[in-house]
Parts: sequence; structure tokens; C-alpha cells
Amino acid sequence: MSALPAAPRQGRRAWLLSNSPASRLQARLGRAYMVWLRFSANGLAVAGLAIILLLVLVAIFAGLLAPHSPTLGDLAGARLLPPGTPGYLLGTDDQGRDILSRLIYGSRLTLFVVVLVAVIAAPVGLLVGTVAGYAGGWLDAVLMRITDIFLAFPKLVLALAFAAALGPGIENAVIAIAITSWPPYARIARAETLTVRNSDYIAAVRLVGASPWRIVLRHVMPMCLSSLIVRVTLDMAGIILTAAGLGFLGLGAQPPTPEWGAMIASGRRFILDQWWVATMPGIAIFVVSLGFNLLGDGLRDALDPKEGAQ
Amino acid sequence: MSAPVLHADNLARHYRVSRGLFASELTLKAVDGVSFTLDAGKTLAVVGESGCGKSTLARLVTMIEPPTSGSLAIDGIDVATAGGAARRRLRSDVQIVFQNPYGSLNPRQKIGAILEEPLAINRPGMGAAERREAALEMMRYVGLRPEHYDRYPHMFSGGQRQRIAIARALMLRPRILVLDEPVSALDLSVQAQVLNILVDLQAEFQLAYLFISHSLSVVRHMADEVMVMYLGRVVEHATRDALFGEPRHPYTRALLSATPVADPDRARNRMKLEGELPSPINPPAGCAFHPRCPIVFEPCPRQRPALEQKGDVRVACFAVDRAGRVTRGASAAA
Repeated sequence: MSALPAAPRQGRRAWLLSNSPASRLQARLGRAYMVWLRFSANGLAVAGLAIILLLVLVAIFAGLLAPHSPTLGDLAGARLLPPGTPGYLLGTDDQGRDILSRLIYGSRLTLFVVVLVAVIAAPVGLLVGTVAGYAGGWLDAVLMRITDIFLAFPKLVLALAFAAALGPGIENAVIAIAITSWPPYARIARAETLTVRNSDYIAAVRLVGASPWRIVLRHVMPMCLSSLIVRVTLDMAGIILTAAGLGFLGLGAQPPTPEWGAMIASGRRFILDQWWVATMPGIAIFVVSLGFNLLGDGLRDALDPKEGAQ
Repeated sequence: MSAPVLHADNLARHYRVSRGLFASELTLKAVDGVSFTLDAGKTLAVVGESGCGKSTLARLVTMIEPPTSGSLAIDGIDVATAGGAARRRLRSDVQIVFQNPYGSLNPRQKIGAILEEPLAINRPGMGAAERREAALEMMRYVGLRPEHYDRYPHMFSGGQRQRIAIARALMLRPRILVLDEPVSALDLSVQAQVLNILVDLQAEFQLAYLFISHSLSVVRHMADEVMVMYLGRVVEHATRDALFGEPRHPYTRALLSATPVADPDRARNRMKLEGELPSPINPPAGCAFHPRCPIVFEPCPRQRPALEQKGDVRVACFAVDRAGRVTRGASAAA
């Protein structure tokens, strides 16, 4: 009979997928496992996750991985060496600095920008959107018109204006990008809130006397989270590109910081003769942006907020 | 006899309907002049076809919406004039169970959290362990097992979800429970189970039910009194036995004759209604039912019949005399 004691592996699977969990932990883990099953069925999404994990690992262990210093070059003996030169896998730039080492250290800056922007912009957008959507009326009108004003300008132009006003530097670039990237999150959160606010379970908690703040924080925001996470992940590629764009225009990280956009900017002077100086950071930006996009796509499919309703 | 737990007097709810920028606004009378009382431990059923104002009445009684006019008193306290603290207490006295058990539970909350939330809001002195104890006790009342405490709503069937919704509504120990078509979304076999739980709970907690339904067989099973509504007004209000035994208003008779009876030998004497429910924005003059009424006569299009005590029932029809006898049409001859 097939009712023999299951193999341990299958046993763990059954434990996770059980419809009658015995504990809080099991219910929670089971739910996470369902998300993971849907996510891992998508090969591209797993590739995206691998790229992002690699980026994180490289950023953490940059000190161990980088063969040379990212800022001090060998001006006398190693200027503009092509890729494949012994000791300089991806070549060197005009200051004699190893490009690979600069890329490895640059991953820290990239992550720094992406994480900080997400941490600043997403909660602001979530708060503005859910409050506007739940409150409605004039508060909704005021908040959404402010959002529209920010959305009316192209993102890079607005970020440029803020970065120019705040002064060049990586922190100011982060602030400028965060200021320009919250409005789409507010829009999404508001749209999601509008569908949730009229549902019966909101009416039920309102009926037991829950305050508007409690409803927004405990019942509306959690419902908006998954679509927001997906959108933020998909936006990270754009954030990286904007940060690189600011760096390229000299408003982001300042030399000799190994920021990828700034590296392209300094390489463009000899792009025809020493193509690798600008190309290598370009490839890095491309790969990481792609990774975030793939991850975001996979998350969107796995975290479909309607999944709980079926 | 104790005072009624719920007293509604001339309740009305009108909506303003905009017809665009340049047209004047219209008034939709969703509920118009509805009065009734409800005693503890009793069930008042409200029946009528879609759009007759049943659900609006539920929203008025549960204070989700304020009435346009008329008064609503719970336990003798007028809802409109009650201050902050009294109002909060009144709110926990009236709870509601919605029609769709799939939309009334937050899919991200576990059952335990759903049941404990009313306590967390209204009983600040209660500890987490006490709340858990109360939730588990209520789960036992509605026939859920303790291990359901940590599960999410999507792991339950429709009938179980509806029992969870009932448990949540009872967490604050309300006096009045509004049941807005509580079983119409469920399978027939599950309907009976949920209805039986409702009957048991009513006896246990002395609950007053305002039972909204369009299923007359369910109403017959549950109700002590029945109120029939048509276009926002009550057309007949009677005890269950009086209404099912001898329906007076032609609309009630039409509703009852539309209920299928599982008896092939019984003569099917169906009374069919012609036409659609008229728009509540622009109801017919006189008696709102007269365009569809099979026994319409002279006064009907000109004057609106008042809801009056006639014999043992309250009914709004010119064709019913003071003693509650129908004077015209087929059943008058019978």
C-alpha cells in the first residue's frame, strides 16, 4: 500500500503542505513554502534571484574578493591594460586601477543606493497611498494631486534637479532618487486600498469599533504589501540606472569612488581605443538590472495577492 | 415582558443620485418609513426581492450608515443622540454576519487573530491569554476545533467560514445579530447546519436576530415574525404562522406561490407577477405595487395604502378589510 511511512524528504514536504498545521510556525512556514514552490517553478526568476544573491555576497566579501585596491592604481606600469592581462582580469583604467576590483567594490555602492531608496520611498508611498485611498474626500484629492505633480516630471530630470540643488554626492543622489520614486508606489497602494476598503471584512472590523488608523495599518497595508514589493523590485533596475545616470553626469558618487555610472563616464573618453574601460561597468549594470527585473517578475507571479482568496 | 431590545421608528434612508453636471439630483428612497420592534431571543425576518431595501435596512440597524430620518433605539437608548462612550457600547451590541463568507474574512489573518480582534479593540484590560481563551470558547460554540485557531481562512470551506464569521460577530456578546442572507451563498446541506447553529446560539445567548433573506423556506424555519418589503416600504408584517398560513398582501401571496413545494400532487396555483421591479428612483404613484398587482382597483394608482393593523397582521393594501380579510381576487373567493 502507498500508506507506508513516507521518506523523510516527502515527510517534510507533507508537513509543510499540511492543511491542518499544528502550530503557528508550521502554518507560517507552510505559507512561505507555497510561495517558494510557485517561485522556483520559474527558471528565469531563480536566475534573477541567483544574480541578486551573488551581488549581495560580492558586496559583503568585497575586501576578500578584490585582487587590487579599488582607488589606488599603478600609474607607471599598468595604465589601460586590456582584459586578460595577467593579474588584471578585466583590464585597467586610465589611472592604472584594476577594473575588476573597482566593480567588486562598486557593488557595495549599488546595493547601498538600491536598498536605501527602497527603504525610504516604499514606506512613504505606502503611507500616502493607503491614507489617501482609505480616507477619500479632500485628503485623497490633496495627496494624489501632490503625487501627480511629482509624476509630471521625467524621473531622471527631477532627480537631476534635486541632486543639483542638494550638491553632488552619493547620499544626496539617494535622497534625490527617493524623492522621485515614491509617487508610483502611492498610486499602487491607493488602487489596492480602493479595492480592499469596501470589502466585508473591513466593514466587520469597523463595526467592532476599530479606529481608521488601526484599519489602515493592520488590514489595508498588509494587503498592499505584496504588489508593492513586486513593484519595488521591478523598480530597482530603474533605480540603479538612475543612480548610474547621476554618477555619469557627475552628480552622484564623486571620484575616486568606484561607482559604476561614474566609471562609464570616465571611460567614455577612450571608448574607441580602450573599449573595456566603459564596457565592463556597463555590463555589470546590465546584469544586475536584469537580475532585479527577473526577480521582480518571478515575485509578481509567486506573491499574487489574490492567491489567498481562492 | 421586558422592553424590546431594538426599536425602529419610521426609519428612512434616502440617497442622492447625481445625473451628471447639469441635471438636478434625484432622491432614491432605499428605505422609507420602516418601523418595527425586536425582542430578545426572537427572530424578525425581512424578505423581499433584490433592491427592496433589505440590505440598506441592515446597514441602518448596524449603524454602518446613519438614517436620513426616523429613529433607532437599542435597549431604549436613541442611537442618534448617544454620546461617544454610549455609542461605542451600542456598537458592540449590534453585530452583523455578511452574505459572502469568502469576502468577510481577511485572507491574511489567522482565525485566532480574526476572533480576537474585537476583544483587542474593545476590552483593553484583557490579556492575550484571556483573549485566546475567549476565542477558543466561541470556536467551540460554533463547532470549530481548537486546532483551527492557527489556520488561515482559505483553508476552510464556505460553511466553516460562515461559522467563523458568526463566531467573530458574537465575540463582543452582542444583543442583536443582523444576518444578511447568511446562508444564501452556501450549499443546501451546509445551510441546515449553519441554521441549526444559529438556533442554538440564539437560545444560548438570548440573541435577537434580524434575519434578512429572500429564501422563504429558510425564513419559515427561522422566523418568529416576518416583514415583507417592497421598494423600501413594508407591505406586510405578521407572525410567521399568520403570514405563511394566510398571506394577505398580493405581493406576499405572489412570493409564497413562487416558493417551490416538493409535492407533485398538490395543485400548482401559481400567481405570477408581470413586469420588473420598478426603479426605486421613480416609484409608481399611489401604491408602489399597483402596476404589477393582479387585483388592482380604483384607489390603488391614486393613493398609497398605509401600513395598518388589520386583524392579526399589519398590512398595507386597500383590498384587505379591517378584520384582515382579503376582499378581492382569487383567494377572497376561496
